[in-house]
Amino acid sequence: MGIVSPGFTGRRSGSDLPPGQYLTRDFPVLSAGPTPRILPEHWEFSITTETGEVHKWDWQAFLQLPSEEITRDIHCVTRWSKLQSEWKGVSLDTLFADVETGADFVMAHSYGGYTTNLPLEDLLDGQAWIAYEFEGEPLGAEHGGPARLLVPHLYFWKSAKWVRGLALSDSDDLGFWESAGYHEYGDPWKEQRYAGD
Amino acid sequence: MTADVPTHLDGNAAAGALSEVFAVDLTAATGRCNGCGHTGVFAEARLYADAPGLVARCPGCEDVLLRVVTTPTDTYVDLRGLTYLRVPNA
Ligand SMILES: [Zn+2]
Repeated sequence: MGIVSPGFTGRRSGSDLPPGQYLTRDFPVLSAGPTPRILPEHWEFSITTETGEVHKWDWQAFLQLPSEEITRDIHCVTRWSKLQSEWKGVSLDTLFADVETGADFVMAHSYGGYTTNLPLEDLLDGQAWIAYEFEGEPLGAEHGGPARLLVPHLYFWKSAKWVRGLALSDSDDLGFWESAGYHEYGDPWKEQRYAGD
Repeated sequence: MTADVPTHLDGNAAAGALSEVFAVDLTAATGRCNGCGHTGVFAEARLYADAPGLVARCPGCEDVLLRVVTTPTDTYVDLRGLTYLRVPNA
């Protein structure tokens, strides 16, 4: 064992891309269904705890929360990666500030019915946002606008487009792709694409 | 075709992907949607392929009828959105 951890050298030696990924400069649109068209005035985002307590924000209340500029690499399981993508959004630390929970797991729910599961600890400590701008523009519907989940350290299917709520749970349930063969966690650096990887 | 209108194919496009799983002609099959009860030939389904897997949706209510994910070792087929798939006997 050297001084530098294997994870660190593995990540930055030679390439900034996780294994099996290629670089793209555009922003491919992947869709498992029709694009939901949610007007901001009809948009609502909620966090529901394991005891059923609901915390809700409408668009106006959401925009009044402190926002952050976020620059991160993103990695899609279909093998494209985009480096230094620029977003604006509200940190989930801000949204969870008044949420009391002992749950370990979260199911993200989207307009249109999409779901994806994540450990709560992956959404906190500056790792995840509800993003509503991409490269200085309001987030387009094709990319999940008005607002999407952004969890850049996991494969991008975890960054649910058109997110409308997070449900906390004591049980680790599987979301849309996770229940059909994709990995339950999805760490691109460990190439966790499929169940069992 | 514009970027914000995801394109979908017709259900026939799923027949190829499923031919290794089902030894039947899916294009001739009839399916009933678990969501709205719409019953029609599977070829009428709307197939979304620009995604981590194939997703066939009901032409009536857009609920998911079927999902297929192909991994390097296995093919996952999720039929939970279909009440039934009716296949004519050969
Ligand atoms: Zn239907």
